[in-house]
Amino acid sequence: MPSNPISSAPVRVSKAPGASLGLKISTWAVVAFLHIPLALIILYAFSAEDKTYVFPPPGLTTKWFAVALGREEVWAALLLSVKVALWATGIAMVLGTLAAAALARTQFFGREAINVLLILPIALPGILTGIALRSGYHTLEIPFSFWTIVIGHATFCVVVVYNNAVARLRRMSPTLIEASMDLGANLFQTLRYIILPQLGSALLAGGLLAFALSFDEVIVTTFTAGQQTTLPIWMLQELVRPRQRPVTNVVAVFVIALTAIPILLAYWLTRADEDSQTR
Amino acid sequence: MSIAVALHDVSCVFHSQNMTVRAVDGVSLNIAEGEFFTLLGPSGSGKTTCLRMIGGFTLPSTGSIQIYGEEVSQRPPYERPVNTVFQDYALFPHMSILDNVAYGLMVKGVDRTTREKKAASMLELVQLPEMGKRRPVQLSGGQRQRVALARALVNEPRVLLLDEPLGALDLKLREQMQSELKSLQRKLGITFVFVTHDQHEALSMSDRVGVFNKGRLEQVATATELYNRPTSEFVAQFIGTANVFSGEQCAKVFGFKRAMLRPEQITLADAATAPLSGAVQEIQYFGSFWRARVGTAALGEVVVDLPVGGAALPVLGQQVGLTWSASLVHTLSPSAD
Repeated sequence: MPSNPISSAPVRVSKAPGASLGLKISTWAVVAFLHIPLALIILYAFSAEDKTYVFPPPGLTTKWFAVALGREEVWAALLLSVKVALWATGIAMVLGTLAAAALARTQFFGREAINVLLILPIALPGILTGIALRSGYHTLEIPFSFWTIVIGHATFCVVVVYNNAVARLRRMSPTLIEASMDLGANLFQTLRYIILPQLGSALLAGGLLAFALSFDEVIVTTFTAGQQTTLPIWMLQELVRPRQRPVTNVVAVFVIALTAIPILLAYWLTRADEDSQTR
Repeated sequence: MSIAVALHDVSCVFHSQNMTVRAVDGVSLNIAEGEFFTLLGPSGSGKTTCLRMIGGFTLPSTGSIQIYGEEVSQRPPYERPVNTVFQDYALFPHMSILDNVAYGLMVKGVDRTTREKKAASMLELVQLPEMGKRRPVQLSGGQRQRVALARALVNEPRVLLLDEPLGALDLKLREQMQSELKSLQRKLGITFVFVTHDQHEALSMSDRVGVFNKGRLEQVATATELYNRPTSEFVAQFIGTANVFSGEQCAKVFGFKRAMLRPEQITLADAATAPLSGAVQEIQYFGSFWRARVGTAALGEVVVDLPVGGAALPVLGQQVGLTWSASLVHTLSPSAD
């Protein structure tokens, strides 16, 4: 720990070398490539034309928002998606934190293997997770239900919570826990007053990311849902039969908002933490 | 006087990937109530492991540890009447300084008003009365050190353990904290068990010092005894600077098989008549004295400290005689290794 924060602070480079023009142009081109489709979706949500995508739209209207809000199946799908995401996130937070606590500092046989296996679901193509879960449910004769979707989503939600928690635990000085116990706190008190507050923002960030991941998941859901229709599945079905296309776009705008906000919050939370830790 | 901490034949063995390390090997030790006791040794000598076993962070493999007669060797840290000042201070970063100091009282269920009042008076004791609302990151190293001290002392421990608490401070601050710690210990009358690798720190602060080498306790004695009458070559070399001689030439010159002389116990004399003579190979200035290295034919290099402002200094290469008072020659037994 530096005793003089001024002299040991990293030197801030006020004039970073400027990127070349070609690099700037290609960077902005990539950003545009990624985000113009999103902008178009938002634009088409206001389009007066309801059958095909015409650019530019013949006219702008907000009537599709009213239509979308009036359709019951949209509300049902939204509610289901939120419920699934909340449950999957909750399960992931408990399991991810426990796994992180077990793996952050200990040494035991098979530790690395468990670490890789925990992270695998997010690297694995969703279609594999989906097939694996589906055949697993089939073998165990578990009927498809709300809970089969939740478990499917929890497999990859655990990863983001685990990753966030394990990184924070590894940065935390182990003497903090010793100091707490030295001062008379038992294990439970140490968990409550020292470890959880230290983990707090990392867990929140992990939870928000997990929620966003679950909320717009299509592939695993396709394999693990029975008759239930989550919001992304509903959108997929709507695209097949082009009726009131702008309604789908209105819903897409909601999805963008509901996933972008948690992700931005999570980004902001982890960044603010790193700033205060490295200060 | 009663015994505060008693270690009886304590060993600590670590197993890591087909390696077995005896970090502490058969240590027995009694620390008296109210004593300032220092565990001194080079890094890896077992002194910190020994302290951690008293605190309860590491459990001994064998042996017994008693605090005021009560067997604690297998108890968790929160069931021992000791508190620790950690090397990295280990202040809780998400709490204010006042909450840090009050933590030990809070987990014991002391009500908020009482504990905050006690914590505030403890901050006054360590001369940080206005810092209660700040966070640890806003404090300097020396201030954090004092907070760590206050946080441990607020629990009124019967024994305070200090794990190289001054190691991270610069020299001036360290010397200031040494005298503050010492006077605080006198004032409170608490038993201090202090770990350091710095022999000056150990000698200047402690009532008694235990010198560790390779997991074993080499010698337990007062500072003056350690300096003047070390029982092993390791202690002689580790505490201060020592000329240690052995062999037949040593027996001829001193009358003992193994002998030790401190550099300041040797004086320059006429090369023709002195019992030992040689050429000056190096001469260094240390502020309060000059240190000369003299290459002798009989006993190799001898380190001699010369007072500033004394007789004229020899020049490099000059033949000088060395003499000493026979009563100062100390005999040594061979070291454990």
